[in-house]
Amino acid sequence: MALTNETVKQALVEKFGEALTGWDEPYGMLTFAAPKEMNLKVLQFLFDDESLKFRFLTDLQAVHFPNNPGAELAVVYHLHNLQDNIRLRFKVFTSVNNPEVFSATALYQSANWMERETYDFFGVQFVGHPNLIRILNVDEMDYFPLRKEYPVEEQSRVDKDDEMFGRVHAKNVKNNE
Amino acid sequence: MNNHILLPKGSLEKQTTTLNLGPTHPATHGVFQNILELDGEKILKATSTVGYIHRAFEKIAERRPLYQITPLTDRLNYCSSPINNMGWHIACERLLKITLPKRVDYLRVIIMELARISDHLICNSIVGVDSGAYSGFLYLMQYRELIYEIYEEVCGARLTTNIGRIGGFERNFTDTAFQKLEKFLEEYPKQLKEFENLFTRNRIFMERTIGCGPISAERALNYGFTGPNLRAAGVDYDVRVHTPYSSYQDFDFTIPVGTTGDCYDRFLVRNEEMWQSLSLIKQAYQKVQEFKGAEAEVFHADTPAYYLPPKQDVYTKMEEMIYHFKIVMGEIDMPVGEVYSPVEGANGELGFYLISDGSRTPYRLHFRRPCFIYYQAYPELIKNGMLSDAIITMSSLNLIAGELDA
Repeated sequence: MALTNETVKQALVEKFGEALTGWDEPYGMLTFAAPKEMNLKVLQFLFDDESLKFRFLTDLQAVHFPNNPGAELAVVYHLHNLQDNIRLRFKVFTSVNNPEVFSATALYQSANWMERETYDFFGVQFVGHPNLIRILNVDEMDYFPLRKEYPVEEQSRVDKDDEMFGRVHAKNVKNNE
Repeated sequence: MNNHILLPKGSLEKQTTTLNLGPTHPATHGVFQNILELDGEKILKATSTVGYIHRAFEKIAERRPLYQITPLTDRLNYCSSPINNMGWHIACERLLKITLPKRVDYLRVIIMELARISDHLICNSIVGVDSGAYSGFLYLMQYRELIYEIYEEVCGARLTTNIGRIGGFERNFTDTAFQKLEKFLEEYPKQLKEFENLFTRNRIFMERTIGCGPISAERALNYGFTGPNLRAAGVDYDVRVHTPYSSYQDFDFTIPVGTTGDCYDRFLVRNEEMWQSLSLIKQAYQKVQEFKGAEAEVFHADTPAYYLPPKQDVYTKMEEMIYHFKIVMGEIDMPVGEVYSPVEGANGELGFYLISDGSRTPYRLHFRRPCFIYYQAYPELIKNGMLSDAIITMSSLNLIAGELDA
């Protein structure tokens, strides 16, 4: 039986029950979130289960949501089952003050540099990573540049604020200040 | 004894040699550093350092409207920028739910497959150069010029093409473009055949590349290999087949696979892919020619909010002027959503993970760069090999610094 988003979801709910949240299918890709302590368990289950076989880590990166207190950073995994040709996306939220997430390097060699890149740009601490150092930026850098508090524009420019780029919520935040 | 020379501690007792291969080394074809620990000429250990040309594209993209991100994608894999451009347009079109006319899809296939040929042609001929055979490179390089002339005819640029727009192409293909395409389709197969004759069964080349830098299918998958490098290891994964985009499902083509994943297999897979690409271009060109009358003039989808109107209308018509202004000023709000859109880049699965929060620029854009992911395996591939094998392995992985560092 070919896998579909529903059967994958069923198998995951059966195994983890209520722990997995945020089920969605944006643009056809099954998406869900797991508590950060469980990320390895979910990855391992998806890898080992004989019917699921999500054994290819397509991509791993993070997203910063500064307006999401307690869960500012999301680590996003894109997995692919090459046999049944089905993809899924799975997120782990962590607070920016304690950004520790278990490393997937034991399961996927490819996670090594992807986690280093994620650490480099977002400061996510991957627990158990063999060599968690900066990869694209200089070693001396003391901040994590892809976090939203570091603006792209030169700071003398006052016209290019978030409002110019259509971010209404950012505008509201500014008005409140 | 020699007290005036400061040597690192332990360097006199050490039995091995430490060698810096790069960051700028003529044989690495890009800016990478590898610190090699050598025993004679045998590599015991390699440590890769990347990031020398990191340009923060992901950060910049958070402050650019969609159409301004296309020139950034040019600079990822600059040997096949049109694939990156198209991949980016396709990601945007998926987010914006724009469906394209078939003719645009086929024209895109032509451009993307030309780009694939130009990329594989460089990679394979450089493998030749690094194994000591320069002439193949000179033979094939002329034909990249023909491909670049086609790009030039379509978009005006050659290397960093910025080709196409969201929804289609900036202009229709001219007759000259098609003539140049025909010339290329006529002449290139002969040259490619000659190139294959020079290399494929060449004793020296075979002994130089067979068994050099091999990887098993299992390791390759674990390392996140995609594209020709994965197929050379024997896994028939191709995004064009698995997640068809741009109407690839309408075409008839095969996916070549290798067995051992060594330099020779990678070379053969790329060569065969060039033949497949030629066949794809022929099929696409045939399909394009079947459009007659008004249909043959279609070169973009009808998406006024994202596709710039013709300039003469901007000055004379109200609606066109408004859209022109809104697009140029980047004032179009995108729908909220997140999309992962992969395309088969010349060296693997090029993915665009685009998150939109309903504003005018991406909230987050991540490029899945195939190079970056498979280059991790390099130290393992060259371990216990000779230094000269490391050079060939690097060029046969088709490592592009621009894509590695984004």
